[in-house]
Amino acid sequence: MKRSSRSRRIAGAAAVVGALLATAACGGGGSDDEGSGAGFNAAVKGVAAKSAKKGGTLKFINKQEFDSLDPQRQYYGFAWDFSRFYARQLISYTPKPGNAANELTPDLATSTGKITNGGKTYTYTLRDGITWEDGSPITSKDVKYGIERIWAKDVVSGGPGYLRQVLDPKGEYKGPYKDKSKDKLGLKAIQTPDDKTIVFNLAKPNGDFEQMLAMPTGSPVKADKDTGAKYTNRPFSSGPYKVQSYTPGKSLSLVRNTSWKKASDPIRPALPDKVTVTFNSNLEAIDRLLIKGDYDVFLSATGMTPSGRNDALKHNKGNVDNITTSFVRYVDFTTKVKPLDNIHCRKAVIYGTDYKSLQTTRGGPQAGGDIATNMLPKSVKGSDNYDPYGILKRGGKADVAKAKDELKQCGKPGGFSTSIVARNDQPAEVDAAEALQASLKKVGISLNVEPIQGSTSASITGSPAVMKKRGYGLSMTGWGPDFPTGQGFSQPLIDGRFIEQTGNYNVSETNNAEINKYFDDALKETDPSKAGAIYQKMNHKVSDLAVQMPFIYEKNITWRSSRLTNAFTSAAYNGRYDYSQLGVVK
Amino acid sequence: MFAVVVMLLVVTLTTFAIFFVIPKWAGADPALLFVGKQADPAAIEGIRQKLSLGDPVLVQFWHFVQGLFVGRDYANGTDVTHCPAPCFGYSFRTEQAVWPQLTDAMPVTLSLAAGACLLWLVGGITTGVVSALRRGTLWDRSAMTVALAGVSLPIYFTGLLSLAIFSYSLKWVNVDYKGLGDDPAMWFESLILPWITLAFLYAAMYARLTRATMLEIMGEDYIRTARAKGLRERVVIGRHAMRSTWTPVLTLLGLDLGALLGGAVLTETTYNLPGLGRLAVNAITEKDLPVILGVTLIAAVFIVVANLVVDLLYAVIDPRVRLG
Repeated sequence: MKRSSRSRRIAGAAAVVGALLATAACGGGGSDDEGSGAGFNAAVKGVAAKSAKKGGTLKFINKQEFDSLDPQRQYYGFAWDFSRFYARQLISYTPKPGNAANELTPDLATSTGKITNGGKTYTYTLRDGITWEDGSPITSKDVKYGIERIWAKDVVSGGPGYLRQVLDPKGEYKGPYKDKSKDKLGLKAIQTPDDKTIVFNLAKPNGDFEQMLAMPTGSPVKADKDTGAKYTNRPFSSGPYKVQSYTPGKSLSLVRNTSWKKASDPIRPALPDKVTVTFNSNLEAIDRLLIKGDYDVFLSATGMTPSGRNDALKHNKGNVDNITTSFVRYVDFTTKVKPLDNIHCRKAVIYGTDYKSLQTTRGGPQAGGDIATNMLPKSVKGSDNYDPYGILKRGGKADVAKAKDELKQCGKPGGFSTSIVARNDQPAEVDAAEALQASLKKVGISLNVEPIQGSTSASITGSPAVMKKRGYGLSMTGWGPDFPTGQGFSQPLIDGRFIEQTGNYNVSETNNAEINKYFDDALKETDPSKAGAIYQKMNHKVSDLAVQMPFIYEKNITWRSSRLTNAFTSAAYNGRYDYSQLGVVK
Repeated sequence: MFAVVVMLLVVTLTTFAIFFVIPKWAGADPALLFVGKQADPAAIEGIRQKLSLGDPVLVQFWHFVQGLFVGRDYANGTDVTHCPAPCFGYSFRTEQAVWPQLTDAMPVTLSLAAGACLLWLVGGITTGVVSALRRGTLWDRSAMTVALAGVSLPIYFTGLLSLAIFSYSLKWVNVDYKGLGDDPAMWFESLILPWITLAFLYAAMYARLTRATMLEIMGEDYIRTARAKGLRERVVIGRHAMRSTWTPVLTLLGLDLGALLGGAVLTETTYNLPGLGRLAVNAITEKDLPVILGVTLIAAVFIVVANLVVDLLYAVIDPRVRLG
């Protein structure tokens, strides 16, 4: 007995010594050292290390594999940002820092669309000198063929379906692989009168149509280079780089596409000679390798690990950016589950919530984000500081008196019990749900935390019937925009006509005529500012109805290597650096 | 041999059922996993047809087994792709055939397992024997303390610690894996830390097992007889005691090696080694069912083969097994 406890003590001591050794080894001596980087937040405030110098290898590292390299199949945000190296669209986002990036700018086209026919017809002319990697010209038919591929949902699965919905809402076209026409260009809604002109005929006006074209789904594909489902392994390049080698889960290497001409591309400076991505299964190791200088950028930009960011902030603060993403972390109220069908019960939860504690579970103001007071992220037009529940005024703390008053008004003066769903493969969601549980206990609301697997969320939180049957009153979740407008962010979450029986994102089952009409009115607007004003009213209405409870506008700590040039964060790419602009010093 | 084939079939059927039947009962759908974020009903139906998910499970299983032995065709409209034997299907994510992914990953796991196994056998058995022979001495106490630390500290702790010290800080070793054929020096360098870390964990267990077995055997009658016959101590230990010690060590080795070859998940994840373990983790994260199925089956084969080899080795080491 004596020997055993002594052995344990020695083993414990050895472990502690080891840990201390590691900390010392990682750390070094100084503190609050700027390091050799361009400065803390240099890429948030503007362009960090501005340069036009060409050459070198830009080295990305990532834990997560691409969902696909096929532009029509991509849905991961970082993949959209990265694909601009080898895929172009008619329209793209402006390479400028911050919210200025949200403005659309012509890419393959000579100008943004000529809109006629009451907002239903968009016409584009293609630039001169645009070529594929084999030197052949990119034609309007290539653009049409590329877009047509998203109708082949069984072969080219995974990507967003917006273009399908606006061009062929009845789903009459079956995609190029089942197309009986000779050139496989049978989609009637797109016309190509000549190789330079392309015309889109929408079923009804949609002011965000060009946002949809700017997604990688709008990329051209050369029909005779289309390998169907296998295109994901070797997409044919229309951009400044082409795929040299790709081993999923291990590495990707892009080299210059010598057929690409700078004169034909107003967006991409194409600074590095080579772009590589290495996959590493260990997040801690990724941070260490970045700090060591082996890699330049963490591709998915989801933030450093707690130990990595502490180390980076302490010793290399000049290599760190505190980026704001377009993600909102929030709680959905299931308005069909009692007693949350009563607005006062929902308001009791909002007043009873200690937002500070939820913020802390997500990493605090720097690594987690700012306290949110309404559902529109700052990068979306129409966003403002609307705070009808006075959350910021009371410093994010709970207002117990008001919560109890709301409980009385909802007929539950002693409080009530309900359940909250949180995805257990996103531990921060479970932590936040537990923090919410602790804060609501103080006002008499008893919250039961129900962890679920993220992969089953489509059939649990995505199924109104299951939510009702199991009595899940709340759901902890997060959301980022597919494109930076009220439609791109809010419509799936809050438009009553988007309630689905499976894969539902309108978890609160909000079906409010006023909100639905705001969407209709905004979609008819081709002026983004006017549409933004409508989305602002829509967002205020959502807050007033208390159907969702946002609590964080997400931020994170991102590493920027000392070699990196031309780095700036882009709102259009969810706060990541605009990858197409990056260069390296050697 | 018949038993081995039956066992592998049972493992395959069970795994198949876990991935294709249980999710169905739970209301999840493999097609839904394949389709991704915007899962409209038409897309789900298209995928279901493409993957033949509408067929009865036994038919699907039969096609899977058929693919393993004679290959199979995947038809999608007029486009027919032949997947040659052994066909484990195509990855949901990358559309690449699963078998080449397994054969790519196998040498990495084999390299890791072989090197670590050599180290832990030499280190663990030597330590165990010496500790048993010097029971109660400072050496024994120190060795068993280190062994206790070895079995108590998880690989994600010792692994990260070794990376932090020897790779990131001291920069003595580079852990960027290269294949033996591509760059032998780099292959060796990238595997040193994983070998030592993994061996440390296992050597500790083997040292404790060897010590306990040796202590028990040294008290047996036949050891006393051997000594009474005037045999030298080296012969008593080396020829008589060690022979009996090998039997439990080999049993453990069979299980450990089989399981390790099936995927040294934590080690490969910590050191970013592109082996079967990491392939499995990636496939699980991405819900890539065909790859998960492939790794599981390969792991089962390894375990069965490793145990078969151990059974054969028993006969070599212990004549009583042959006679029995």
